[in-house]
Amino acid sequence: MNPIIETKELTHIYSRGTPFERVALDSVNFSVNPGEFMGIIGHTGSGKSTLIQHLNGLLKPTGGQVLFDGTDIWSDKHFTRQVRFKVGLVFQYPEYQLFEETVFKDISFGPKNMKLSEEEIRRRVYEAAAFVELPDSVMELSPFELSGGQKRRVAIAGVIAMEPDVLILDEPTAGLDPKGREQILSNIRAYQEARGATVIMVSHSMEEIADSVERLVVIHDAHIAMDGTPREIFAHASELESMGLSVPQVTNVFLRLREMGLDVDTSVYTTEQAKAALLALKGGRPGC
Amino acid sequence: MLKDITIGQYFPGDTPIHRMDPRTKILNVIFYIIALFSCGGIVGYALVLAYLIAAVRISRIKLKTILKGVKPLIIIIIFTALLNMFYTPGNELIHFWRLTITDAGLKNAVLMVARIIMLITGTFLLTYTTSPITLTDGLELLLNPLKKLHAPVHELAMMMSIALRFIPTLIEETDKIMSAQKARGADFETGNLIQKAKALIPILVPLFVSAFRRADELATAMECRCYTGGEGRTRLNPLHWQSLDTIGLICGIVLLIGVIVLRQFGL
Repeated sequence: MNPIIETKELTHIYSRGTPFERVALDSVNFSVNPGEFMGIIGHTGSGKSTLIQHLNGLLKPTGGQVLFDGTDIWSDKHFTRQVRFKVGLVFQYPEYQLFEETVFKDISFGPKNMKLSEEEIRRRVYEAAAFVELPDSVMELSPFELSGGQKRRVAIAGVIAMEPDVLILDEPTAGLDPKGREQILSNIRAYQEARGATVIMVSHSMEEIADSVERLVVIHDAHIAMDGTPREIFAHASELESMGLSVPQVTNVFLRLREMGLDVDTSVYTTEQAKAALLALKGGRPGC
Repeated sequence: MLKDITIGQYFPGDTPIHRMDPRTKILNVIFYIIALFSCGGIVGYALVLAYLIAAVRISRIKLKTILKGVKPLIIIIIFTALLNMFYTPGNELIHFWRLTITDAGLKNAVLMVARIIMLITGTFLLTYTTSPITLTDGLELLLNPLKKLHAPVHELAMMMSIALRFIPTLIEETDKIMSAQKARGADFETGNLIQKAKALIPILVPLFVSAFRRADELATAMECRCYTGGEGRTRLNPLHWQSLDTIGLICGIVLLIGVIVLRQFGL
């Protein structure tokens, strides 16, 4: 399978030639396969935001290449713009970019920039709103009247309405309550399944990552430190900790159980797996 | 990008100029500007230029950085030079169509350009070597006598430091909003003037909303910490007058006197 996005020796240096010069990415090679649900974790300032902004051509690499479907996204100006529509990027706190008079108009900003027909825009806006579970009654309200969670979902719908092949989200659940978090995560999964889209999610919450993704990339100090399934990554608890990251709480509980002398499988990382592992330990007998 | 704007930017360092009291630097810049505008001739300009070069050398600010600061004003500089060149009466050098270049005009143009560049560089040196917070602290202390006249000196200084403090934040915010709208296919580069102006709406609306939100939050935070204005307020880092400052101040005064004396001799 050909990767949908690939970076080759991608390097980015901020404020080159000033006292504030900083290397944010250093020869990063990685690829994303079509249809994958990928997670990116990393300490604040590790370079993950810089990386995702390269994937849709918002930042121009100071060295190396970014390929979309095998073509360098900077090879021609027209293609760079096309890639912006094919790779949808939802920034951190996306509700701060809402600007239109009504929710409908705000969601249609992206499709309108794609120069689509009126009906097509309408269809996409309502479909995107359905993905994020926005009721039709809010479509004619001002986005500034909505609650925080609703605003966030309007902003995500604004990107989904472009029907991107790749959806990238930078901490989509930051600052929301547990119910709002779960809703957004399930909306994202719904979009991935319905469209067969590739999803890349940056997050600080290990639980969230563990529950959602199939593949996990760890970025540390402008490099890719680890790349594998969540099970493989979370097996390196001490290394993650030295990078200022952690493993899901459940894994921590199981590591502690192992320390206390119980023979448990420490590679669990979701509550479901934990339940199964504990039941197995008790000899398959449910109940206490 | 927007981040490359150098006006009002501070470049941290540890040179005598960086360590100087902001009051000394502000006074020095004032003396320097007065000196620059009292120059009577080439020798006077040379003296001020030598003073500027010495200060730049001591501050270890790179020449490239300074030139970058002058760049945005290049149109004004060229415009001034042309006006001076063509509209100063004197002995005719070149004449074509309705335009005349005179010897006095040429001399005027060169001196005017030198004066503008020296003015900009001198004032930039102040902001390059002084952090905005100490700068407003210095300004507040210098203006303190005006409090006797019931001028709201502390409030003005506070407003200034808040404004300066938020310039980088707002620039960063603008950058972020621009990126977010670009990710949704916004196009800021192509189109005619009206289209370009319209393209700014998706940036300006969120920017204003967030500026008001920040102002609200800041006001609440200040009230929570019982801010009541300047009365009886002490400082975390009080300014200390050092011998370095005395030397700096003397240098500034000597420059000013030097230029005025030279002017008496028509130099």
